Amino acid sequence: MTIIENNPELMAEDRNDEENYEGAQTPLRRFLSDFCEARLAVFGFFIILVIALVAIMAPFIAPTDPYNLATVSILDSRLEPGEAMMSGTIAYLGTDGAGRDMVSAMIYGLRISLGVGIGSGIIAMLIGISFGLLSAYAGGKIDSVFMRIVDIQLSFPAILVALVLLVTLGKGVDKTIIALVVVQWAYYARTIRGTALVERRREYIESAVCLGLSKNRIMFRHLLPNCLAPMIVVGTMQIAHAISLEATLSFLGLGMPQTEPSLGRLISNGFEYILSGKYWISVYPGIALLITIVSINLVGDRLRDVLNPRLQK
Amino acid sequence: MQSALVVVIMSFIVFSGVFLVGDPVEILVSDDADQEEREMMIKSMGLDKPFLVQYGIFISKAVRGDLGDSFVFQEPALLLILDRMPATMELAVVALLIAIIFGIPLGVWAGLKPESLASKSIMTGSILGFSLPTFWVGIMMILLFAVLLGWLPSTGRGDVQIILGMPISVFSWDGFSHVLMPAVNLALFKLSMVIRLARAGTREVMHQDYIKFARAKGLKESRIILVHVLKNILIPVVTVLGLEFGGLVAFSVVTETVFAWPGMGKLLIDSIGLLDRPIIVAYLMIIVFLFVFINLVVDICYSILDPRVRLEDIKS
Amino acid sequence: MSFSDSPTLEVKDLKTYFFTKGGIARAVDGVSFSVGRGKVLGLVGESGSGKTVTGFSILGLVDEPGRIVSGEILYRGENLVSASMGRMRELRGLNISMIFQDPMMTLNPVLRIDTQMIEAIQAHEKISKDDARQRARDVLGQVGIASPDERLRAYPHQFSGGMRQRVAIAIALLNKPDLIVADEPTTALDVTIQGQILYEVQKLCSQTGTALIWITHDLSVVAGLADDICVMYAGRIVEQGSVNSVLDNPRHPYTHGLISSVPSRNRRGVPLAQIPGMAPSLLKLPKGCSFGPRCPQVTADCGIIPNISMLDKGRQLRCHNPLDALVSPKLKD
Ligand SMILES: Nc1ncnc2c1ncn2[C@@H]1O[C@H](COP(=O)(O)OP(=O)(O)OP(=O)(O)O)[C@@H](O)[C@H]1O
Ligand SMILES: [Mg+2]
Repeated sequence: MTIIENNPELMAEDRNDEENYEGAQTPLRRFLSDFCEARLAVFGFFIILVIALVAIMAPFIAPTDPYNLATVSILDSRLEPGEAMMSGTIAYLGTDGAGRDMVSAMIYGLRISLGVGIGSGIIAMLIGISFGLLSAYAGGKIDSVFMRIVDIQLSFPAILVALVLLVTLGKGVDKTIIALVVVQWAYYARTIRGTALVERRREYIESAVCLGLSKNRIMFRHLLPNCLAPMIVVGTMQIAHAISLEATLSFLGLGMPQTEPSLGRLISNGFEYILSGKYWISVYPGIALLITIVSINLVGDRLRDVLNPRLQK
Repeated sequence: MQSALVVVIMSFIVFSGVFLVGDPVEILVSDDADQEEREMMIKSMGLDKPFLVQYGIFISKAVRGDLGDSFVFQEPALLLILDRMPATMELAVVALLIAIIFGIPLGVWAGLKPESLASKSIMTGSILGFSLPTFWVGIMMILLFAVLLGWLPSTGRGDVQIILGMPISVFSWDGFSHVLMPAVNLALFKLSMVIRLARAGTREVMHQDYIKFARAKGLKESRIILVHVLKNILIPVVTVLGLEFGGLVAFSVVTETVFAWPGMGKLLIDSIGLLDRPIIVAYLMIIVFLFVFINLVVDICYSILDPRVRLEDIKS
Repeated sequence: MSFSDSPTLEVKDLKTYFFTKGGIARAVDGVSFSVGRGKVLGLVGESGSGKTVTGFSILGLVDEPGRIVSGEILYRGENLVSASMGRMRELRGLNISMIFQDPMMTLNPVLRIDTQMIEAIQAHEKISKDDARQRARDVLGQVGIASPDERLRAYPHQFSGGMRQRVAIAIALLNKPDLIVADEPTTALDVTIQGQILYEVQKLCSQTGTALIWITHDLSVVAGLADDICVMYAGRIVEQGSVNSVLDNPRHPYTHGLISSVPSRNRRGVPLAQIPGMAPSLLKLPKGCSFGPRCPQVTADCGIIPNISMLDKGRQLRCHNPLDALVSPKLKD
């Protein structure tokens, strides 16, 4: 061990070996084939595609419009799965307390849950990347102040931070997204700073500096692409986390308002009927939520294994 | 020193955050109250003063252990919360124990045989544990074990006994049956985490030379795993779990709401509904203190477990 | 060969391969040697030549993706390759022990030294903790650790690298094994301690008849300590025989190269001879004799792997174009 490490010639030779071996495939091919080795992850990926499609096409797919107060009738409330509503449409998964068809409500709820999760994830990622890169690149005082803030924030559980924020801000899509962004940005910032610090010392950055390229150019054109792999992994996991967190907050009565129920809100609405055995109002949206989150996590988990350079070989 | 700073900063953030919340007078004063009564109310609660003055009063009282009276109950907020604290702590501790007792063996097992089917199922299961939204699992547990099967009570806390001056319920059957579901519910997330930590740790330690050397000494595999591997992985697991204990307490807000567990988390959610500012502020301050305290305890535990840390302490 | 009649260990045509993603690494490829009671065998070779893997194979400690593919390892006539896990566990530490190469990594950082020593004794005999501790203390003293009583209660990180290596050596000596595989045990030690350890080891070998396999880069240590020597290159033994005859009169160009690259007083000022090129990667071994590309004597014959040829006095050689006795360099002054 020690001898190999101390001998630069041997180290160089080892590296050559690896390069030759990897050179047989393009990185993307290699990534895809590695990823597809886990069938569960591929399955998860297809589920995500289907879910995304359903969410995007919600107005065209849903049997009824759950937000249209004119068509939603309280007389339809708590119908069992399979019963017909007043309008004649069959509620295959029953109706909720307000008389909304569960299938439609879930499709729209999915749309909101996904929208809020992905939206907040992307905003948080942008903010986190900016701060993280800046912090890594500036170093010194700025870096330590930023990281102190990040550390302190991360030492408090996300649910509490979001809870306090929503208590202050009130309900609504925008406010939920703000709360979720505040909760998430620090993860991105810390991850990208860590990677960037490692990457910065690499030769290609040094040669870019020597070429006299501007700081911005180095940061965004050279550093950023090389920090992408960990960002993708953190991103998938964080989006799943955000969706789950939003559902939880909505369940606690914060987050999304009653008029635009997300999946969490639907579950929460059904909770009061659980003890009387009217299970469908809570169970089905929960299953939809679960499938969404599990699929994203399966993909994220696999991505982490595949993209983690330490585990490669 | 740094922890003190954190407490002060957090107190300000918490107070100013909650200061902005709605108008508690609206909720507390009956609709037909006239202007004079309202003014009286506002004055008595100190809401007429400027924000910074209110904060100053809050701080000067806070250092004396007075976090204000609840608007709703007209009792000291701190006492109300401390009153509910044992229930929450009991729930969190039982959950933590569940996470450790099941998580470490499962994780070590998965780490020893990473390619086996059992190990893969454990890992997929832990993804499920991460993914399942706690509150929904809670609801499903109630549906299954309370409503459909009728094995366990759906909500509430069982009979309380005073043990060593603390009101504790787990040691009676009634209490245990009440705490089981919420505790499992709360533990699920941490359980997955412990499994993953233990597995990652085991995999790393198993490749170390000192494990091979232990084999070369002719030790039994059981001793290698129970002493050499376990002691090494306990360090990260204990650290993380300790730090997560605060998270467990915080997250019990959700579990307590689902299972109507009479702890401080439920009190918080109820108070948010009623805009009972002093309780919200007091709860958050207590949580901040708890976090700072936990950090200290974990540091101490860590240095007991890891001899290397102790040496550095002596040096510095 | 000049070995005694019933050798403690006899390795016959051992092959240990690593089945990696990039191909099969033949880390040990047809190695044979034997060590008799009280004898010392020096195993030398460049980094990566398979010395450590040979040692691990003897103790049955080759990790995935490595495997002993074929061959026999006879410990007092018992074949360890086919021995059960339980039997191997009994033998390890009690009859056969090993000193690992890297002293910084061999001790468990979170366990005290006494724990790690006492467990090594108690794994093999029913003995009280106090007695075991007593023995651990004595052996620590033997390997030159001052105030062993105090040191027993310490953690590995409180020791220097050299002291850790001595602790590892002490652990190997604890149960007075018949065979010790010592993987570069004195590399991390300073000369006086090295001398002390060598003395202790030699005493042990002559007194208790312990056989020793001493893996090293340091030809001068082998010269002073070993009875026999095996020179390994890329998984194969290229030359073996008694220390004096091999070092005084190397026949393989690689052995010759190794000896000439040792600094010596006699040749001060003269540039050190170097073996040109680098050790080949096991995954891309050259065809035929693996030393071929670096060999000054290479001929067309070297395109096929040379067989082992027996020379006089038990010497063995794997070379098509051996050097003759006259060109030998002098190692010892
Ligand atoms: N786990 C493993 N996987 C793949 N190849 C391995 C593994 N362990 C060892 N090898 C290969 O076996 C060969 C021999 O290694 P070994 O450690 O025995 O060398 P060595 O002679 O002890 O060298 P050194 O003097 O540096 O200790 C090396 O080329 C190495 O690549
Ligand atoms: Mg070696």
